[in-house]
Amino acid sequence: MRHTISVLVDNRPGVLSRIAGLFSGRGFNIESLSVNETLDPTMSQMTIVTRGDDRILEQINKQLNKLIDIIKVVDYESSGSDFIERELALIKVNVDEHKRSEVLSIIDIFRCKVVDVSRTHYTVEVTGDENKIQAIIDLFRPLGIKELIRSGKAAMLRENKIKG
Amino acid sequence: MTKNPTKLKGAQILLECLHREKVKVIFGYPGGSVLDVYNSLYDSDLQHILVRHEQAAVHAADGYARVTGDVGVCLVTSGPGATNTVTGLATAYMDSIPIVVFTGQVPTMLIGNDAFQEADIVGISRPCTKHNYLVKTVAELPRIIKEAFYIARSGRPGPVLVDLPKDIIGAEIDFEYPEKTDMRSYRPTYKGNRRQIIRAVDELAKSKKPVIYAGGGVVLSNASHELGLFARSFQIPVTTTLMGMGCYPGTDSLSLGMLGMHGTYRANMAVTNCDLLIAVGARFDDRVTGDLNTFAAGATVIHIDIDPTSISKNIKVSIPIVGDAREILKEIIEVAGEKKVKKADRKVWLDEIADWKHKHSMDYQMDEVIKPQYVVEKIYELTKGKAIITTEVGQNQMWAAQYYLFDEPRRFLTSGGLGTMGYGFPAAIGAQVANPKATVIDIAGDGSIQMNIQELATAVQYGLPVKIAILNNMCLGMVRQWQQLFYKKRYSHSTFARHPDFVKLAEAYGAVGLRAEKPGEVVSVIKKALAVKDRPVIMDFVVDPEECVYPMVPAGAPISNMILL
Repeated sequence: MRHTISVLVDNRPGVLSRIAGLFSGRGFNIESLSVNETLDPTMSQMTIVTRGDDRILEQINKQLNKLIDIIKVVDYESSGSDFIERELALIKVNVDEHKRSEVLSIIDIFRCKVVDVSRTHYTVEVTGDENKIQAIIDLFRPLGIKELIRSGKAAMLRENKIKG
Repeated sequence: MTKNPTKLKGAQILLECLHREKVKVIFGYPGGSVLDVYNSLYDSDLQHILVRHEQAAVHAADGYARVTGDVGVCLVTSGPGATNTVTGLATAYMDSIPIVVFTGQVPTMLIGNDAFQEADIVGISRPCTKHNYLVKTVAELPRIIKEAFYIARSGRPGPVLVDLPKDIIGAEIDFEYPEKTDMRSYRPTYKGNRRQIIRAVDELAKSKKPVIYAGGGVVLSNASHELGLFARSFQIPVTTTLMGMGCYPGTDSLSLGMLGMHGTYRANMAVTNCDLLIAVGARFDDRVTGDLNTFAAGATVIHIDIDPTSISKNIKVSIPIVGDAREILKEIIEVAGEKKVKKADRKVWLDEIADWKHKHSMDYQMDEVIKPQYVVEKIYELTKGKAIITTEVGQNQMWAAQYYLFDEPRRFLTSGGLGTMGYGFPAAIGAQVANPKATVIDIAGDGSIQMNIQELATAVQYGLPVKIAILNNMCLGMVRQWQQLFYKKRYSHSTFARHPDFVKLAEAYGAVGLRAEKPGEVVSVIKKALAVKDRPVIMDFVVDPEECVYPMVPAGAPISNMILL
């Protein structure tokens, strides 16, 4: 099963390498990873997407917690709470005369942005969950994708709606 | 050094910090990047043992740490000096031994330039240390050293490496040593969860056939006394792992001896048939469990361990209790008292175990040639079970574990997790430095001893009377044994055509060399060796090359499936 894990770490050199080393050394798999500073610049927030059965996930959680630089580990799936998950994609898509209107209508439907324009290509920025990104890629593919960059996932727990 | 030092160089700060951490001895080897530290050492009263290879420095610090319970300390130079420590670090990491290794590094400006004697030791050692540091400014040096010692000795102990660029140890600052450390990202759990402890006591009250399975964690948390109290109060038989040797008296009637691949028949049968397995500071290693599906299959498993990752890693645990073994055992005894758990009558269970013991006890056949087990047995008798024993890895290690009974912890030093050949002799040096008057014996094989034989020079230089008992079978005995049993006796590259004359080799180093070729000579050789008090001794025992370690459980088989003698 797929799990999204949020990891709060000390913002120090080498932390990413400790985490990557832990995953490779113990045969765990990283499907997606994103990392950046938090509001407090001494800490970084990582979102790791991984896959495994309950036993492996339990080990991943415990092993991450064991690393000295790690402050907090939350497995969103196991926490049972609802969470938001987003990724970003930059897609360079062909726009010759016959395709331009189709590209624009897809962009409109998906509410994404054109961030760079040339005579032959549009660069489209899209954010959303994995399904949305995959859907737009599938629609653009027949039109010709020149280049595609996808970020790792960023995830955040939803506020508890009842307690506010 | 003044009482309130103002400006100090990084090198002096390092020594001052070691002093504050009450370090009495360091094991090391100088080189270009750490010359400033060695220059400061010249004026210091800190004892420094100059080894002959950096790997030995780490094993010696590890041996020192195991016998004393204090943090062992090493100092080596950059590049090859640093990379030579890796096996020692991995050994200490697998066995959870608190050591701090200081490595020199090229100046900050040159890092990443492939400078002379540069190695990315922080990168290299990351997976085999509990934590490591590259010091980037001299200002953070005192804090990092404080943290390094704290991390090494707290929680589940382990090795910490601190990499010191040459310019950092040459730079000056106002020195101030932090009184304590507060790391938001590292807070080990010591106290066990009360509810789990109560559940454990309830299980104990119900159990008819309990077994305690005690590991190195009992030694590390100094919980032997509490373990003994617990086992005796509730008449629970105790089996120990290789790492747990001595944490429960080996001569006690409740002792089952070691379990696992080369464990005793009664230990393996007891674990297989128990209804409650109480694991304390042990990690269900594959050499202990064999086939996981049949390991204590009918038992409720209570697992006490300070490291949550050890729990339910290999075996599903019913009652996990995270925390310090000593604290938790104390509390279990307390709760059992409050709940008035009856001191159960274990006669039926203990009789069953006695039957197993009677059926197959540790044994070997005497012969015209010297049996290695006989050598260990005689060493045990002649040292009255009071020696500090180190081992190498392989048959020598298993025979030492089977035939030397330890009544106290911190007397048996062996590379249990990593299985490092070449560990025993330098570890013995470390143990002897810590206890100059103790009898320290490395039970070695003819293969292993040659992996760090150069340390004879160290032992001679410092007048350390370490004894080395080579069980010389002219082969890599355990490899040969596996080839005999599982590879149709195809002895591929496991036998030695020639060895140096170990007696003459000892003499060449300035040590004493002795040899026994017949069973009748064994006792007198050991007695002669034990009488030497001012230098190391090699005892070369020419033993039966065919002898195998029994019982043996084939790798991955149920542990009740033993090949017996």
